[in-house]
Amino acid sequence: MGWFHRRGWRDLIIGLPYLWLVLFFLVPFAIVIAMSVATKTPTAPPFSFGGAHPWVNLSTYQRLLTEPLYLRAFLISLTNAAATTLFCLGLGYPMALALTRVSRASRNILLMLVILPFWTSFLLRVYAWMGLMGKSSWFNQGLTSAWNWLVPADWAVTSLPLMHSNFAVVLVMVYTYLPFMILPLYASLERLDPILDEAALDLGSRPWQVFLDVTLPQSVPGIIAGGLLVFIPAAGELVIPTLVGDAATPMIGRVISDQFSQARDWPMASAVAVALLALMVGPTMLYSHYQARAEGTK
Amino acid sequence: MTRRPTFLLSVLAFGFAFFYVPILSMMVYSFNASRLATVWGGFSTKWYGALMSNSQVGEALLLSLKIALVSSTLATILGTLAGIALVRFTKFRGRTLFSGLVTAPLIMPEVITGVSALIFFLLLAGWIGWPAQRGFTTITLAHVTFSMVFVTTIVQARLLQSDRAIEEAAMDLGTRPWGVLWDITLPVISPAILSGWLLAFTISLDDVVITSFTTGPGSTTLPLLIWSKVKLGVTPDINALATLMVLAVGLGVAVAGVVMNRAEARRLADERLAYRAQG
Amino acid sequence: MADFLQIQGVSKSFGPFQAVRDVTLSVAQGEIFSLLGGSGCGKTTLLRMLAGFEDPTAGRIFLDGRDMAGVPPWARPVHMMFQSYALFPHMTVEANISYGLKHDALTPAQRRDRVREMLDLVQLTPTATRKPHQISGGQRQRVALARALARQPKLLLLDEPLAALDKKLREHTQFELMSIQARTGVTFIVVTHDQEEAMTLSDRIAVMDRGQVQQVGSPTEIYEYPVNRFVASFIGAITSFDAEVVARDAGFLTLHVPDFGGQVTTREADFAPGTRVTLALRPEKLVISKDRPPGNAVQGVVKDLAYFGKDSLYRITLASGALVQAHAVNQARGAAMVADWDDQVWLSFQPSAAIVLGG
Repeated sequence: MGWFHRRGWRDLIIGLPYLWLVLFFLVPFAIVIAMSVATKTPTAPPFSFGGAHPWVNLSTYQRLLTEPLYLRAFLISLTNAAATTLFCLGLGYPMALALTRVSRASRNILLMLVILPFWTSFLLRVYAWMGLMGKSSWFNQGLTSAWNWLVPADWAVTSLPLMHSNFAVVLVMVYTYLPFMILPLYASLERLDPILDEAALDLGSRPWQVFLDVTLPQSVPGIIAGGLLVFIPAAGELVIPTLVGDAATPMIGRVISDQFSQARDWPMASAVAVALLALMVGPTMLYSHYQARAEGTK
Repeated sequence: MTRRPTFLLSVLAFGFAFFYVPILSMMVYSFNASRLATVWGGFSTKWYGALMSNSQVGEALLLSLKIALVSSTLATILGTLAGIALVRFTKFRGRTLFSGLVTAPLIMPEVITGVSALIFFLLLAGWIGWPAQRGFTTITLAHVTFSMVFVTTIVQARLLQSDRAIEEAAMDLGTRPWGVLWDITLPVISPAILSGWLLAFTISLDDVVITSFTTGPGSTTLPLLIWSKVKLGVTPDINALATLMVLAVGLGVAVAGVVMNRAEARRLADERLAYRAQG
Repeated sequence: MADFLQIQGVSKSFGPFQAVRDVTLSVAQGEIFSLLGGSGCGKTTLLRMLAGFEDPTAGRIFLDGRDMAGVPPWARPVHMMFQSYALFPHMTVEANISYGLKHDALTPAQRRDRVREMLDLVQLTPTATRKPHQISGGQRQRVALARALARQPKLLLLDEPLAALDKKLREHTQFELMSIQARTGVTFIVVTHDQEEAMTLSDRIAVMDRGQVQQVGSPTEIYEYPVNRFVASFIGAITSFDAEVVARDAGFLTLHVPDFGGQVTTREADFAPGTRVTLALRPEKLVISKDRPPGNAVQGVVKDLAYFGKDSLYRITLASGALVQAHAVNQARGAAMVADWDDQVWLSFQPSAAIVLGG
């Protein structure tokens, strides 16, 4: 019943991408999992599957769960990612909703403007904030004047310590990931039938009640999709904490990178990676659960 | 009942200011005469001159473009095949694993992908002597792997929407199976393939983390060059580079927008004509 | 009593476009009143003004003596059954019906009772806990009705209530709507483009065209005594002829009809001799026969006929070339039809059956 039933085609179409992903994704990842139970050695490469039975060394995981450095990094990553997600939602939801309320012509232009920063270099967007947050920048100086005007005189500062702080990390993450929140939210809000709003108004609800009863519940899939698209990369973020973060509050991406390149502790880097991924599985399952349910209602 | 959503529109305006003030500020300061990147010292274009005379930038850009071109093309071929496989073949051995492999890279934090790719290449070099040196090839391989799944996602969505009956109609009219693939399936999903390619190209061109793990001595892509400079702090020539990149992207998007608008307008005009012809 | 709903000189413009022009209507309590017209005639805009979604550009609306100007939709004792039903997809049937009730000061028990009563009224008790996408189109329509009725509105607005249903279900639902209206006593305003729907459902109909009300009356008045060509041709099939008044006598009007090649007699209408008028004839009012009957008659040739079972439709060409439609009921089973293709036949009609319109 189709060209695909011919054996040769079928094998080629499935086989090529399958083989590629197994070779360059599954095998490397399996190596990482294996590495996480290896033992660190001062040789090159710096690991061995220790001579003694059962060749599996769980001490890396034991350290992971007991040493405060790792637990703290996980905690910071998760809270930073959660804060980023919440701020993105708080700013992105009204923006997405506003996009559904403007005329079609301006909507296309505004959507383009939401996507445009995404096409410009990610690094340069982070860099733009480094310029703004620097001690002598107009932005920092403006905020400093506002601060000095608002607070008692003896709290006055010459500049606000914006750069190299956990605040800066969250701010820049919100900035870079906001489009990932707006786009799925817009997609789910745009699908809603405005007649439903009218029906709720007609049945006696005020506009804010209509929002809570009709708009918000129906946009839950969009909230979850946007939340995941922000939360997952934010939790594993490496570039932003490195550039604007503060060394005293390390995020987990930084820990993996440092363990690997500087401490040359491959087993530890691998174990942290495996643990981070395990933490990502939960939210992803939640997402696919919702996705499946959303498809069921169609 | 036509109330203007004032609150929503003000948040929208604030959001766009949030998006664009940092970028605009960066562009303005690229014309700053002062060495201190954040203090205004008069108008100057000297940083653009400095940028032009820096051969490193050109080389890095060229390498980035080469990697992006090769990796996005390979990723598009592999990703499209994977998309077709997942939508059209509902049953084959290992399908569950396959669909898992196609979604996993999407949620994999980049740093993990980078570390696992590097460990893989290092071990491989130890076992079979390849890759003796990391660089263009290893970066490209890594880029293909993590960008092909984006292509798959886009192609898959398009295929699920398309009407299966047109493929059957072609076969009913006597087209052989592979003819259907060329004549019907691929043309129908071609917009998805194109946007998949574009996405893969951009992702590759923009990537820092995975590239930094899979690169070797002498292979500096543009993001890696910026990365190494930016880690040291804010410098005016990066402002100039950023301005040029933003302008290039803005121009590209504007041209694409105009072309798409034209096509859309033509389609609408055609439809209107068709209606009129109908009476 | 006729003052329950008063629409006084209401107009609505969207920019340069006048959707509703100077509409004045009054509707009695407990009436089923239809706004009938084609798309773009302004009926939906008028309905939306009653619901409060649009503000009139001019004119006023009074409901039960209260001026509705500036009253937002949520504060009006007016509920609407939307054309697409607009059921909340994320709520169960029950939750949809009880949605409006949360704005009333009811105890949970009272609310539950009210929902149960409504479910009972529209016979949906077994599907109470399902979501809208899990029930049939007819059931959805009834949920929409129950939801709109739950708060006991003074006025229920129904936007094309039967349009989304298939033909069989439509007939059944029509009668159900009427019986529910009779039981609840709520005043219904129905917007429809379907003249049959309006005829069977309504106590009175307002026929609208280009934003204006053309005629208000009972279904019989509208059908039998249309006031202008638009109403005559919009409601039911009709064939029109140019004519001129020759004489006006007690109870009768004599017209000269060129297409008939002579004169016809109709019931009296207020036209002076010499006036140009239109003679309009409905297909079922025309009698087809082989021989010339006495009275108004004209000869023609059967060009086309369609057999519908209970009756047949004939298209007959007159000597002038004019095409006339006529219906004949097939009374006897298997009997030959009145006429066949290319037969010469006579068309005749009673003086009282003719409609004479100005212009």
